[in-house]
Amino acid sequence: MGRYVIRRLLQMIPVFVGSTFLIFVMVYALGDPVAALFGERAPDPATAAQIRRDLYLDHPLWQQYTHYMAQIFQGNFGTAFTGQPVLELMGSAWPLTIRLTIVAIIVEAVIGVILGIITGLRRGRSVDTGVLVLTLIVVSIPTFVSGYVLQFLFGVKWGVVNPSVSPAASFDELALPGVVLALVSLAYVTRLTRTSIAENTRADYVRTAVAKGLPRRRVILRHLLRNSLIPVVTFIGTDIGALMGGAIVTERIFNIHGVGYQLYQGILRQNSPTVVGFVTILVIVFLVANLLVDLLYAVLDPRIRYA
Amino acid sequence: MPEQLDQPNGRTSTEAVGQAGAGGAMEFAATEAASIGQATGPSARARSLWSDAWHDLRRNPIFIVSALLILFLVLIAIWPQLIATGNPLACDINMSQLGPAPGHPFGFDTQGCDVYTRTVYGARASVTVGVCATAGAALLGSILGGFAGFFGGWWDALLSRISDIFFGIPIILGGLVFLSVVTNTTVWPVVGFIVLLGWPQIARIARGAVITAKQNDYVQAARALGAGPTRMLLRHIAPNAVAPVIVVATIALGTYISLEATLSFLGVGLKPPTVSWGIDISSASTQIRDAPHMLLWPAAALSVTVLAFIMLGDAVRDALDPKLR
Amino acid sequence: MDTLLDVRDLHVEFRTRDGVAKAVNGVNYSVNAGETLAVLGESGSGKSVTAQAIMGILDSPPGHITRGRIFFQGADVLSLHREARRVLRGARMAMIFQDALSALNPVLSVGDQLGEMFVVHRGLSRRDARARAVELMDRVRIPAARQRVGDYPHQFSGGMRQRIMIAMAMALEPDLIIADEPTTALDVTVQAQVMELLAELQREMRMGLILITHDLGVVADVADKIAVMYAGRIVETAPVHQIYQRPAHPYTKGLLDSIPRLDQKGQELYAIKGLPPSLLRIPPGCPFHPRCPMAQEVCRTDEPPLYEVGPKRGSACHFWKETLGG
Repeated sequence: MGRYVIRRLLQMIPVFVGSTFLIFVMVYALGDPVAALFGERAPDPATAAQIRRDLYLDHPLWQQYTHYMAQIFQGNFGTAFTGQPVLELMGSAWPLTIRLTIVAIIVEAVIGVILGIITGLRRGRSVDTGVLVLTLIVVSIPTFVSGYVLQFLFGVKWGVVNPSVSPAASFDELALPGVVLALVSLAYVTRLTRTSIAENTRADYVRTAVAKGLPRRRVILRHLLRNSLIPVVTFIGTDIGALMGGAIVTERIFNIHGVGYQLYQGILRQNSPTVVGFVTILVIVFLVANLLVDLLYAVLDPRIRYA
Repeated sequence: MPEQLDQPNGRTSTEAVGQAGAGGAMEFAATEAASIGQATGPSARARSLWSDAWHDLRRNPIFIVSALLILFLVLIAIWPQLIATGNPLACDINMSQLGPAPGHPFGFDTQGCDVYTRTVYGARASVTVGVCATAGAALLGSILGGFAGFFGGWWDALLSRISDIFFGIPIILGGLVFLSVVTNTTVWPVVGFIVLLGWPQIARIARGAVITAKQNDYVQAARALGAGPTRMLLRHIAPNAVAPVIVVATIALGTYISLEATLSFLGVGLKPPTVSWGIDISSASTQIRDAPHMLLWPAAALSVTVLAFIMLGDAVRDALDPKLR
Repeated sequence: MDTLLDVRDLHVEFRTRDGVAKAVNGVNYSVNAGETLAVLGESGSGKSVTAQAIMGILDSPPGHITRGRIFFQGADVLSLHREARRVLRGARMAMIFQDALSALNPVLSVGDQLGEMFVVHRGLSRRDARARAVELMDRVRIPAARQRVGDYPHQFSGGMRQRIMIAMAMALEPDLIIADEPTTALDVTVQAQVMELLAELQREMRMGLILITHDLGVVADVADKIAVMYAGRIVETAPVHQIYQRPAHPYTKGLLDSIPRLDQKGQELYAIKGLPPSLLRIPPGCPFHPRCPMAQEVCRTDEPPLYEVGPKRGSACHFWKETLGG
């Protein structure tokens, strides 16, 4: 197991470098950050050159990249062009996005699995068909549409919730944004659970469990579910990173100043230290989540052994 | 592996999980009850996978509805004049945000443009992006993935690492960064971007399908009989690997349309004067309290379009996967 | 002798997309305490479906019992309430499946799966159940049972896994065991050991055993009587040695002739021509007639009843006399 973890960690390095470098290149292709800094005014050439030196911009791109990464691993994420340290921005943005992601994961796991079990056990009945069509519809509605529609209905028309989230962003305020963020994944979890359950109900070991005279409840909970949820748990695990990256739209709709919001602002304002800093952390979260999922897999399924 | 829908925000599919190997143990269920469904007598019709699937699809109402819908969408994408006589760019600011009027069943938007005409014309951008991006991603993905699966070795390892890199970038974020530099207002930068981030998904599926096909007994037999690699790939493996790619590509088409709209909504996808549902929804979103109809129609058109492709892919998948019957 | 199990005129059909598959069509058989009945037939002959109907584990839908009765220790189990039926399963009648690798739950340890029988049916604590699981594993002669009780099915060899299946079926000392092709998935050398173990435990506990198989070779040593099934019907029943000496049905004869024998080395092996019929379209008359070397016009039109051809012997063939004679 330890060997496997080390091998996976080593494999993560090129992926990490590749992803962050790609983003780095793209961000720097955005345009001249110094020009962006000065906006409409033409900068004094001497000042511009000084800033370039300070920001390491007078070096080739790959040197800029290695310099930047070295800084990051020393905990120095640089300063946004507004003068605010990027680390400070992160300190306020990450807790919001983490909370939002937690709400979304809970929503997709609980509702998705329950719907999946119900439909998987009743394959071909009207509940099954109904939920199945519903999941297709949910998958088809882009998040920004469902976000605005739900915000309008719950926030404006019925006045059940606040249409935009306060800076404190408590968990109950995040309920609606969390649902919006989770919606598409929720549909996937439902379908995945359903398929998995439906496949496993016909498995031999389920028949054995019935032949042993176990009560139906025990057959379902202990034998059927335990096996069927393995792919679902792993999907939800990999979804953590994806949800954080996908929060841009949701955070924009509900005016949550989380990671997605900062990234969006950073890109619009060509604020490269912010963008690269946030993306680096996102990529790390994503890679670590994937590794944990693979390890979890081995815990859930004793047949998997990592050498 | 069951659910294999592509997703607009670039999550990894569950494919990787499936390859880890569980679930296969249930494959060799050899009970008599299971074998009963298959007619074993001499009169049993030997239907191929495709004709079998076609036989199923013709009777599937979901397939019929989604296929007709897609046909209709493609028609109005090519000839929007068929059902909309107006000009989507001819706007009268005096009509700003007014509701339905005679000849203008969906009302007007903030600039006073006819929402109905714009909604009809919006199909063109969406369908173009969807079809072109899917064609590009499917072509690139199946060639690279197919070769990786067929030859294995370092080529496969390299491709896996490269796809990992692309999977590591959240797709909307990548779109924001990549497309915000672009000033070109045609659909092509968006198409190019989607192909760039979409191919690894298809490559993974194609790779898996080729590996599965390669392990089939008759393919092994063909190899043992001395069939060359070209012949193996074209005659034995490609026909078997193409089905999952088609299914995933069809579903991906729907999600690519959704992705284009999301990028346009964020201001980095298509840009005016291109008529796009995403742009219209974005500009309507600020006025949702006063004039919800401006958002409703393009949003409905977009969702129905995405739904049509996803349903089509779903129906085709069900028809091609005998295990789920 | 007291009758343990009595199946009467059982009919089972599967309603599938392609039509109704008539899997079991009027099966009658009985098993006494301590007796072994071998049910013989090709796949699709309805032997496993009959067993599933007895156990009450038929997949339903698509499977439906359309007619018949199953008496177990005098009570008609088909009329029992679902819960009463469940209590019987595992405790008083148990089943051994063919492929232990897929029949055992891959993610639970064998100790959990064995102990579960005691937890559910006897209300034992998990710890006591674990101790009983070790005893059971000892009893089916799994080496180092105490150390291996926490292992998972995939960590055992095929033969050991099948012993665990047997241990699970024997756990609560049931009165009836149905073993569905218990040795088919095993290596030939292991087959004999497992069969021997099964027979030994059956003798000790005086259980009724239904041994479902397609392998005539397995049957001879352990069975008391044989029922041969074809297309969901019993075509011949007989005490075990009689059937080997003088089969009374052309199908049985064909099966016996297709066993390779040392004294016929060098000769071409006999094979029954054709394939078993589709259960969706069972031929009218005698279902075996398209493959039967003795078929006459009457076989195409009239379905033969199970003629009594001797003491405790039956054959569903219009020409049983000729078959016995030839």
